[in-house]
Amino acid sequence: MSMVINLRIWRQASKDAQGQLVSYTMKNVSPDISFLEMLDQLNDQLIKEGKDPVAFDSDCREGICGTCGLVIDGVAHGPRRGCTTCELRMRHYKSGDTITIEPFRAEGFPIIKDLVVNRSAFDRIIQSGGYVAANAGSAPDGNAIPIGKDIAEEAMDAAACIGCGACVAACPNASASLFTSAKISQLALLPQGHAERQNRVLNMVAQMDAENFGDCSNHAECEAVCPKSISIQTIARMRREYMAAALTKH
Amino acid sequence: MADKWTYFKSHAKLVSPANKRKFKILVVGTGLAGGAAAASLGELGYQVHCFCLQDSARRAHSVAAQGGINAAKNYQNDGDSVFRLFYDTVKGGDFRSREANVYRLAELSVNIIDQCVAQGVPFAREYGGHLANRSFGGAQVSRTFYARGQTGQQLLLGAYGSLMRQVHAKTVEMHERHELLDIVLVDGHARGIICRNLVTGEIERHAGDAVLLCTGGYSTVFYLSTNAVNCNATAIWRAHKRGALFANPCFTQIHPTCIPQLGDEQSKLTLMSESLRNDGRVWVPAKADDTRPPAQIPEGERDYFLERRYPAFGNLVPRDIASRAAKHECDDGKGVGPGKRSVYLDFAQAIVRLGHTTVEQRYGNLFAMYDEITGDDPYHTPMRIYPAPHYTMGGLWVDYHLQSTIPGLFVLGEANFSDHGANRLGASALMQGLADGYFVIPYTLGDYLASHKHKPVDKDGPAFFEAKDNVTGNIKRLLDNKGSRTVREIHWDLGRIMWNKVGMARDEAGLKSAIDEIARLRDEFWSNVKVSGTGEQLNKDLEFAGRVADFLELGELMARDALTREESCGGHFRTEYQTEEGEARRQDDKFMCAQAWEWTGDAKNPKLHREELTFEEVSPGQRSYK
Repeated sequence: MSMVINLRIWRQASKDAQGQLVSYTMKNVSPDISFLEMLDQLNDQLIKEGKDPVAFDSDCREGICGTCGLVIDGVAHGPRRGCTTCELRMRHYKSGDTITIEPFRAEGFPIIKDLVVNRSAFDRIIQSGGYVAANAGSAPDGNAIPIGKDIAEEAMDAAACIGCGACVAACPNASASLFTSAKISQLALLPQGHAERQNRVLNMVAQMDAENFGDCSNHAECEAVCPKSISIQTIARMRREYMAAALTKH
Repeated sequence: MADKWTYFKSHAKLVSPANKRKFKILVVGTGLAGGAAAASLGELGYQVHCFCLQDSARRAHSVAAQGGINAAKNYQNDGDSVFRLFYDTVKGGDFRSREANVYRLAELSVNIIDQCVAQGVPFAREYGGHLANRSFGGAQVSRTFYARGQTGQQLLLGAYGSLMRQVHAKTVEMHERHELLDIVLVDGHARGIICRNLVTGEIERHAGDAVLLCTGGYSTVFYLSTNAVNCNATAIWRAHKRGALFANPCFTQIHPTCIPQLGDEQSKLTLMSESLRNDGRVWVPAKADDTRPPAQIPEGERDYFLERRYPAFGNLVPRDIASRAAKHECDDGKGVGPGKRSVYLDFAQAIVRLGHTTVEQRYGNLFAMYDEITGDDPYHTPMRIYPAPHYTMGGLWVDYHLQSTIPGLFVLGEANFSDHGANRLGASALMQGLADGYFVIPYTLGDYLASHKHKPVDKDGPAFFEAKDNVTGNIKRLLDNKGSRTVREIHWDLGRIMWNKVGMARDEAGLKSAIDEIARLRDEFWSNVKVSGTGEQLNKDLEFAGRVADFLELGELMARDALTREESCGGHFRTEYQTEEGEARRQDDKFMCAQAWEWTGDAKNPKLHREELTFEEVSPGQRSYK
């Protein structure tokens, strides 16, 4: 049972070029394939016609690397909750559907080409403090610091972030708060992170602002699209951490 | 042997702190091996330049490892030790790895866990706060540490955090979206690399005092594998063509528990972690051609074939053995699902024994992933699984120092051949990547740098332009080709040849025909491939074209290696060499060796070198998990 799918895809030759939505029709789409496999098929078709294939990023195709990210019918990563673009299957669509595909849009994520954006700002936020400073070779025994199961689980919930940027794409303010707060929460919960706790939150929030991401105004759109279902409670924790650090450090 | 690493560390030549910053090290790849190496070398004070083809170092394919990482901590008090991990790994590799390397790996495993905990990796914990363990294949102890089903991700983010810290400290400079396309040799030593900036298309020259390749494995030679779609062999293959020997290319791991292929348009296969075999039971209907739904097949009419054939290890036999057993059942017509090419992995009894909540805590994300891909809910119906290419034990030949046959070119992690012999045990890849990166290379690289007089090298020297011209010529040749088939179509064709003839079961006739078919396909590629766009832009079609061109040469070498190795061992199963029970039969008198191949200028005539393996601590016996 193959389907006909109409696509409207954002095409933009380079960062500063004018972009536009271009329509394509796919005639033989199997419901078993993934959304990105449908785009692979489209690209093979375009290459054979001597046209420029659609540039999009993807790598693991199982929802863990955070490379892929498309806005599908206005929703970052598409209609399925807790799911990355690459996990989305065509069986969730029906023949005759028209699907609009756009890149993650944010001032902090400039477009490189078509659906490919530059998310290096996330790396710079992590560089500003998203780690525990522990040189190789200096660690005590792994069981030297017991960490309660509940704390470990909560830290893991935050650590599950894949850095895809859907939170930014979904936010009306293009805020990177969910991404930044996930790392801050993980390391604030764990005892290993305590030595640098205050500097970490101050520096990471400052870097987030410097990258032209907007402020958080509690829309919670980020949580709704997050493929790892990271809770906006991490943002609340980031604010508490920030307040405590700002009050004691300055 | 047990003291070899300690002895080496005590006697290795050192580079003083003030001199370290004078050395520029080029690290290619940012997975567990590359990320850990670049961060650790940065911490030591070297000038590190680090390259990855992803848009961020955090996305390297190590991120996808699910189940866990082994360490001989013996926290469970169940009889584990460094020796036992060493022994399990050598036996798991079917006695085709180097003893001293494996012993060092087992020894360092304990430091890795400590290091990762210190970085804030949120490993699973017991209620008392101590680290939790699970079991993996090929071991009778619980020594696997894990972070839900995302262990690779968490370990990688630990290494990535350390790497970002060094970027902030300006000891490491990152070059993302860069792909290595050639190695530059000056006076026989690796002194630089040629990269393509994947955004602008610019071909860049980078000079340094040593080059570290940490670029992963080559399972995507099969087109369909559990690897990420950008995984490739280009870095190690181009190094091979510059003189680095390629060892045991035919040693590939076919992982038993993957979601079966759904159709012809599929781009990759998804792994279901080996950890699931802690609680899931593998079975097929006892009679062939039984088409009843699983719930209607009574207990007495099911064949739990792993438990039946291997009572001592049961569902937790090593991967090569579990994969072959599943293939065997399907070949006998007992497979289930479309085309009868899959077996059940059933959690019904685990859910009764442990409760839904516990099963969800242990495997929730894997169950959700399975459900999303297949549309079936594994809490209510058994998973269907089938083997798929997952890991490559072969890779560039390295010595004990992880140095290839090109001086100054070091190879870490899956990209080298060193530690896993003919089959890798589960939860050992993460261990090896991090051991190489955090704890081996900081010592062996220092020894190399301190032992050689290094003349300064300028990236404007003739060797750099020669290599750049080589790369540019290659790209032009690809783009100028006005054929009619896409890169993906030809890759798919190659994958079918590899899977059918150089896959889970191999024989002389099949391998010989694979060699011919690959050569023909390679000719077709160069006469009939169509690559779109130009070289001066982001052009993913061009990137893939270069990688597939390399696979078309590597695939042939894999087949030649498999043909030459007239024995069965680990993941390399030659049907001519099996016991009456269908187990692998080694030919220790002829093949107790690593086969390392030298590029001679064309794919047809590689030259074979052998490294004979000697076993002092363990005696190679018939590998038994019964």
